[in-house]
Amino acid sequence: MSMPDPIKHLLTSHCEWLKGSGPESEVVISSRIRLARNIAGFNFLQKLSRGQESAMIDEVHGAVSKSKNLKDTFFIENKSIKEIDKTFLVERHLISRDHAAGKGEKAVVISPNEMVSIMVLEEDHLRLQVFHSGLNLTDSWRLINTIDTELEETLTYSFDPTLGYLTACPTNVGTGMRASCMLHLPALVMTKQINKVLQAVAKLSLAVRGLYGEGTQAIGNFFQFSNQITLGQNEEDIIDNIDRVIRQVIEHEKEARQYLLDKKRGKLEDQVWRALGALKSARLMASNEAIAHLSFIRLGVDLKLIEDLGLAELNSLFLCVHPAHLQKIFGEESSANERDYKRAELLRSRLKQVGLV
Amino acid sequence: MLCTICQQNEATIHLTEIVNNQMVEIHLCETCAEEKGADFKSHFNFGELLSGLSDVGSLLRSDKNVETCCKNCGMSFDEFGKTGRLGCPVCYQSLGRALLPLIKRVQRSTAHVGKKPAKISGSVKRTIELRDLEDRLRKAIQLEEFEEAAKLRDQIKKLEEKQEKKKKSS
Repeated sequence: MSMPDPIKHLLTSHCEWLKGSGPESEVVISSRIRLARNIAGFNFLQKLSRGQESAMIDEVHGAVSKSKNLKDTFFIENKSIKEIDKTFLVERHLISRDHAAGKGEKAVVISPNEMVSIMVLEEDHLRLQVFHSGLNLTDSWRLINTIDTELEETLTYSFDPTLGYLTACPTNVGTGMRASCMLHLPALVMTKQINKVLQAVAKLSLAVRGLYGEGTQAIGNFFQFSNQITLGQNEEDIIDNIDRVIRQVIEHEKEARQYLLDKKRGKLEDQVWRALGALKSARLMASNEAIAHLSFIRLGVDLKLIEDLGLAELNSLFLCVHPAHLQKIFGEESSANERDYKRAELLRSRLKQVGLV
Repeated sequence: MLCTICQQNEATIHLTEIVNNQMVEIHLCETCAEEKGADFKSHFNFGELLSGLSDVGSLLRSDKNVETCCKNCGMSFDEFGKTGRLGCPVCYQSLGRALLPLIKRVQRSTAHVGKKPAKISGSVKRTIELRDLEDRLRKAIQLEEFEEAAKLRDQIKKLEEKQEKKKKSS
């Protein structure tokens, strides 16, 4: 089932959720839904023996091979790939940091268009994820629900009539569902309104995190909004609630962007063109700095200040500046200093056609 | 003063405890105090829950008094406190007494609604059905729809009898 080198395939393909289209795509980068599932008859990860880990991977592999929805997916076992490849998958959000760093046997199922990924033996036995570009939780739910139902024909999940799907952490019990959207909110940050928004959102039992989920910083003005509660509300209601909140945040961001255009145009243009200037001329560029600059470029593209750069190309740059991607592109492992140099080189060449006016 | 837990009865037992440098006052009625066990030390865990902590790990880390272990995987409450992760599905029952208040605090609910696996055993299915019916019955009584309530009560009775029979035959 698995093709010769899935990593190579992913490196040369544009993932679906980063194509920069879909509803509200000028603010919402992507929507994601994940389901936590555990297989009945096995202990949770902490109390699982090595032998049981392999048995579980085999069982999941069997279920995936039978699935129509997961036809042609890559089934990658962690032991078969290098550390850098794991980081590469983390950078593409296909696996979590914990899954990459964790001890023991693990595997991941990835669809070639990267809309579906299933982590095997992360915190729970299965973490199913579906991604869409833009604000599109409804389609994500539809797809993940179909895949989940189909897998369940072969696998038997741990389920309790009162508590629902049982998960290793009680914060996921019930639906086991986390619905999240990645938002780009540069104008709310620039107008210093972001904290007010984040505080209001916290009151509505939504969690806000940085670019790579739990415990990560908000770099490049990216914020991940997700539901906190998984018990006592059904999936559609949870999605409906988060969708409604996100639409309000989008409105605020758009108002802030309009305000910047109307009242602070000089400051706005300065930020955008400075960022482009830095990326087009720097000789050393750290990844966080690159992401911060690219964030302003993205704002410039959204507001039509920069017109000769497409969103898909820009989104691909966001990925390429990450350490593992950079090393894969240049085909060799390199130190942080060497990477800063290569990153600057890559950005200069890829932004060559974008004119400074 | 009303009981902190049930918010219904008059509190007759008053506890003060320092948790994370903050003074926490707990006022309990006799029923709730009894339910929490005769050992007052177990209240302090509950006190922590009330003191506004939501992180599962730190919530339990300081509690050395609960020695309950899961009968299936041997996970102790202390161990759970350190990682915030349970050892197996049975933990939800074995550690349930201490776990449920925590789940309620974090999730603001203790009952799942939403997707159910298509392939679940008959008894699980009946339990879910029963809970749904009881929920509808409660609502019907609230809305004074007594005819509907009577119907639901009959359905519940039938289902419970079925459940009993199955239990006996197995």
